[in-house]
Amino acid sequence: MAFPQPKPQAPQLPQHLLRTIDCQQGAVRAVRFNADGNYVLSCGSDKSLKLWSVSQGTFLKTYSGHGYEVLDADGSYDNSQICSCSSDKSVILWDVATGQVTRKLRGHAGKVNCVQFNEEATVILSGSIDGTVRCWDTRSRRFEPIQVLDEARDSISSLKVAQHELLTGSVDGRVRRYDLRMGQLHVDFVNSPITCVCFSQDGQCTLSSSLDSTVRLLDKSTGEMLGEFTGHKMKGYKLDCCLSSKDTHVLSCSEDGFVYCWDLVEVCSPLCFKVLNTRLINTFVMVSSRNECLVSHTLGGRKPRCFRIRKFKSAGGESSFRRQVLESYFLIFGHLASDWITTT
Amino acid sequence: MARDDDGDEDFVTFGTALEPLEDDEPLRKPIPLHEQTVKDEKGRYQRFHGAFTGGFSAGYFNTVGSKEGWTPSTFVSSRQQKADKHHARPEDFMDEEDFGEHGIAPRQITTSLEFSSSRRDEAAERAKAVGAQAALIPGDTLLEELISPAKSSIGVELLRRMGWREGQGVGPRVKRKPRRQQQAEGGTKAYGCMLPPAGSEDSEDEYEEFAPDNVTFAPKDVTPVDFSPRLGVQGLGYRGLDPGLALLGRGADEHIDLFRPQSESRSRLFGDARSSVRRGGVAGQAFGVGALEDDDEDVYHRDSMSRYDTVLGGEEPGDGLFGWTAPQQYTKKKDKSKDASYLGKILEGFTLAQNPPEEKVIFPPPALPSNYRPVHRFRPQVDVSRLSGVSPALAQALKTSRGHMIKEDPQQEGRHQLDSGQRRTMLGEDALKGPSSVMDLLRPEDRQRLLNLRNSTNPTTCTPVSTDKSQVAKQDLLVGVAPPPSGLQQQQKVLAAWRGSNASTQTFKPFEKTPSKQARYDLYLDRLRQGDTDALEQSLDQTMTEWERSREREEFVRASVLYRPSSSSLSSRFTSAKHKEDEDSVEVNRDEEGDVDDKQNAVKMKMFGKLTRETFEWHPDKLLCKRFNVPDPHPGSGVVGLPKVKRDKFSVFNFLSVMESREMAAPPKPPESGKKSRWDVSQQETKGTSEDPQSAAQTQPETKSDHSSDPGLPASSSRGTSAASRTQEKLADLQSSEKKTAGDEEEQQEEDEEQEEEESRPSMDLFKAIFASSSDEKSSSSSEESNDEEDRKDKEEGKTDLQPANLFTITTSSVTTSSVTTSSVTTSSVTASSVTTSSVTTSSVTTSSVTTSSAITSNSHTGAASYQKSAQEELEFGPKLPPPSTPADRGGAAQICSQSREEFSRKKEKKHKSRKQNKHKKDKKKKKCKKHKHKQEKKSKKDESDSSEDMDKDDDDDDQVSTAELLKRLKNIQSHRTR
Repeated sequence: MAFPQPKPQAPQLPQHLLRTIDCQQGAVRAVRFNADGNYVLSCGSDKSLKLWSVSQGTFLKTYSGHGYEVLDADGSYDNSQICSCSSDKSVILWDVATGQVTRKLRGHAGKVNCVQFNEEATVILSGSIDGTVRCWDTRSRRFEPIQVLDEARDSISSLKVAQHELLTGSVDGRVRRYDLRMGQLHVDFVNSPITCVCFSQDGQCTLSSSLDSTVRLLDKSTGEMLGEFTGHKMKGYKLDCCLSSKDTHVLSCSEDGFVYCWDLVEVCSPLCFKVLNTRLINTFVMVSSRNECLVSHTLGGRKPRCFRIRKFKSAGGESSFRRQVLESYFLIFGHLASDWITTT
Repeated sequence: MARDDDGDEDFVTFGTALEPLEDDEPLRKPIPLHEQTVKDEKGRYQRFHGAFTGGFSAGYFNTVGSKEGWTPSTFVSSRQQKADKHHARPEDFMDEEDFGEHGIAPRQITTSLEFSSSRRDEAAERAKAVGAQAALIPGDTLLEELISPAKSSIGVELLRRMGWREGQGVGPRVKRKPRRQQQAEGGTKAYGCMLPPAGSEDSEDEYEEFAPDNVTFAPKDVTPVDFSPRLGVQGLGYRGLDPGLALLGRGADEHIDLFRPQSESRSRLFGDARSSVRRGGVAGQAFGVGALEDDDEDVYHRDSMSRYDTVLGGEEPGDGLFGWTAPQQYTKKKDKSKDASYLGKILEGFTLAQNPPEEKVIFPPPALPSNYRPVHRFRPQVDVSRLSGVSPALAQALKTSRGHMIKEDPQQEGRHQLDSGQRRTMLGEDALKGPSSVMDLLRPEDRQRLLNLRNSTNPTTCTPVSTDKSQVAKQDLLVGVAPPPSGLQQQQKVLAAWRGSNASTQTFKPFEKTPSKQARYDLYLDRLRQGDTDALEQSLDQTMTEWERSREREEFVRASVLYRPSSSSLSSRFTSAKHKEDEDSVEVNRDEEGDVDDKQNAVKMKMFGKLTRETFEWHPDKLLCKRFNVPDPHPGSGVVGLPKVKRDKFSVFNFLSVMESREMAAPPKPPESGKKSRWDVSQQETKGTSEDPQSAAQTQPETKSDHSSDPGLPASSSRGTSAASRTQEKLADLQSSEKKTAGDEEEQQEEDEEQEEEESRPSMDLFKAIFASSSDEKSSSSSEESNDEEDRKDKEEGKTDLQPANLFTITTSSVTTSSVTTSSVTTSSVTASSVTTSSVTTSSVTTSSVTTSSAITSNSHTGAASYQKSAQEELEFGPKLPPPSTPADRGGAAQICSQSREEFSRKKEKKHKSRKQNKHKKDKKKKKCKKHKHKQEKKSKKDESDSSEDMDKDDDDDDQVSTAELLKRLKNIQSHRTR
């Protein structure tokens, strides 16, 4: 071995719940950090999109204009714009300050699952249940997409944009990477509906979670599998996965209410931490690039009442979740356990 | 039950009965008038108005109105609901009493007329009559009469049509003899369950003997034996105490089952009458003979063994292969005639077939030829050429209806289709001297006059053939101008239409099959465009006869009117269809996805990579590239998305892609050297940025420099292999090889690889076999023709190459070391220098970025020794994915290579690749640098703040933990596991 094996480390789990935010917008469909990790967007099933401050946990603004529950949102790099997508088949570009709808983009044939700005917020990419990814131009006033990527044979479940690459995960069990620079489309076959894809922070790998309860780390260029992370449960829900900001850990939601956390190198045993003491489902994990924050939220039953954002802070000192993780926030959108239990 | 009624229950009583008068009771006082109240059904008082004034009160307080007034509560203003008309039904005007049992419209279930059927089968009547006689109570069948179906079922009807009568059995008509024999046989064959002794049979048989031979009888109506399993614990033949039998001397079901009229009485009527009517008393084997029983039967009835078969397979019917449980074909008759008679009476107009129908020989369907199109085109047998002289529009219509424009041989045309000139040339005659027609003899003014005259009458005096054939053309003309224009007007119109029109626009060629005529027509059109007024006359062939010329003139004018260029306003409104409806081809993605099964297998075996990865050429929109700040990867290509290819729309093979790929199964093509895991190589990106022939021009200088600098080095050798593979596949994919230029071998290889992948996906076993032969196989993939010296040199260079890189990692800064590395790179190999120099042209940062990238990949190495070690390990435990080549594909040279050489070449290849990829890495490098810086910043920040710093520090230089290193470690672990 060229390298000494990394020393086995004690389980390092985030332990401090920093904040819980009751966002009061029904079931929370997605929670996203903005570009610098100071703000959080929560997509509610009550057709509203809300902006929160992470540091204070204060409510900042509501963006309402969608006709159905908001499924995903993304903030632009300069925090001036927000794009969101909804079950009403539309993608909306918001002005952050005024809260007005800058553009409402229609064209998808079904509900839009995921939306993403490109790096310069000149293009909005939206993936829909109709199996297409549409590239909307934010610079022009055209209402037609620049290009429609209709290679997927089933619903697009997840979508990520790196500098010149577009990564889509589809229910047809394929991870597609569109390389604009090379003009190539790479299709990786996973054979199970993809729930979430993301790039590693160094841009060399892709992480994809699929409904066979597996998270796979694939080499971006060759498609080889570098790691396979199992142990969690992901059978029917679209749960998210991500890599930590230094690519040291792989995090994934699980249907048993835990967030599972694997060391990237030592795949052997997942460390999981419970988000709530229920059978709630964490639908989203996100690690912000700068702040090492992690947002997850739980999906409720039909009529959840109370939603909170919880912020976990990893213990500094003796057991740290990596050294850089001085301040790690774990925000959990969800509702109170007791309420949920009674409703179910 | 009607059976035990007392007679009272036949009556219905109304009202309350008077109390029986008692003698000793004093007379009651009469009820005073004010107490004599009348209540309706619901207990409401009703005022009595006296017999002559209408009886009881009605309505609302004796008014016609209601509580709301005169408007009834059901009134709805027609202003809102106009269309909703309320249809009054008779029920609306009825009282509640009318719906009662004795009202005029009772709403209770009563026997309707339908059920009292007049048509009643006589047999049932008779049976009923007899049954009624036999029944305990004479009115036994009352309920049956009450409830009987109005119609017989369709099955019964059909049976009746076929000659069946009620009371008969269903089946072929039989003579008596065999039946009796059957019964005899049945008697001997009592295996366990005793058939009920058919008592009446004997009497019937007696007079049957006198029946003539030619008379057949319908089979007896027997209920089939139903084999109900024995559930009790009693022995065979046990018959328990039947309470009905015991008490009444009758079967219990006899009087209870009212709904089975044909059960007992019918059978009795048709000969199954009981020999003795039993009276009451308990009977049964369990009880013996009661005291009241007078027939002193065999009390202790014992089954004698003689009634059973003691020999298996004794006298069996048929061939005796099976018992009576044998399948039908064994037990039943063999002669087919009897089977036929089973049909009963043969319907009118039919006779029985003497011979069995011949068995049809079913031939397998013919194998489809590969160009088979499962669509039929109707091709009316219209001789277009015959009509072509008449109306070009119609001829065209007919021609298109035939599917394809059929090039017809002018020789095959009729004699009359040729003009005199053509005939002359065919016969080899010389042209006639002198005037060709009478018209030439005339003076020009006369000729003109004649012409005018003829032209003016022309449209109306068309030949009869043309009038009815050229209706389409005529209608077109009529649409254009309401009065049919005269010939001259028409010509002027045509002239106006064609004048100044662009000659380059595609005009329709109506006379395509006679080239000379078409040439004349083209000439005519040209003249029209130039504004020539007598274009028509000039363009016609003067050598033709006058009649031919006039005909052609007419045709030309007509054609020019029909196919005149559409005016600008009109043409601006219409666009030509992008997709023709009748087009036979359909757009299909050029690169089809490979076999999913193989991929699934690969996923199951967790062999991600080559097997699961597919790469397609993809064309992003130009604007999208612009928005992403990325140069267009395929400049000049008008395609967006995946490139499409036109295929035959109806070809079966469009949908049989799997079959196709199987058919052309070729040995697996090795993946190109550019596509490797980055886990064993420093960089992995393929350098091929050029896909198209257009873009090839751009990359040409670069590759050319590659050529010129070192023809013997790996790049050229790889080209050689690619060329070899190309020649191999030329047959397979002509079109793809056409597209490719010699300049971009990378792309070529990649595409070849793609094609290969889709065409020949070998089975998993093959892959497994390849895997089993491990790494030497893999290294043979490089298959480079270069000699050992070069390899060795390369190896050494690789060492020297990497050492500065390691140095570089220690210092991590960029500018000073970058020069060192570049120099080392340039010394190491000429190709690398060529690459770098070519990339220098793009930016000055490139060189430094190249080095940084190489540094990143190798920064985890601590020294040359460790590098070697790791390199060897990498050689052993390299990528687990399919080796790049099979020996068959790449020729034998690679196979012969010694192990060491293979290793060397492998290493070299790796290096070479890294060189190639350096170029591509440029764009990322900047970012990487930033990242490093950023990390350091962060580090410094964290140093101040974090208390757990030292702990992490003692972690092997954890501060330096780069993602590359992490991944490297991960890879190592993986290789461990696979070992």
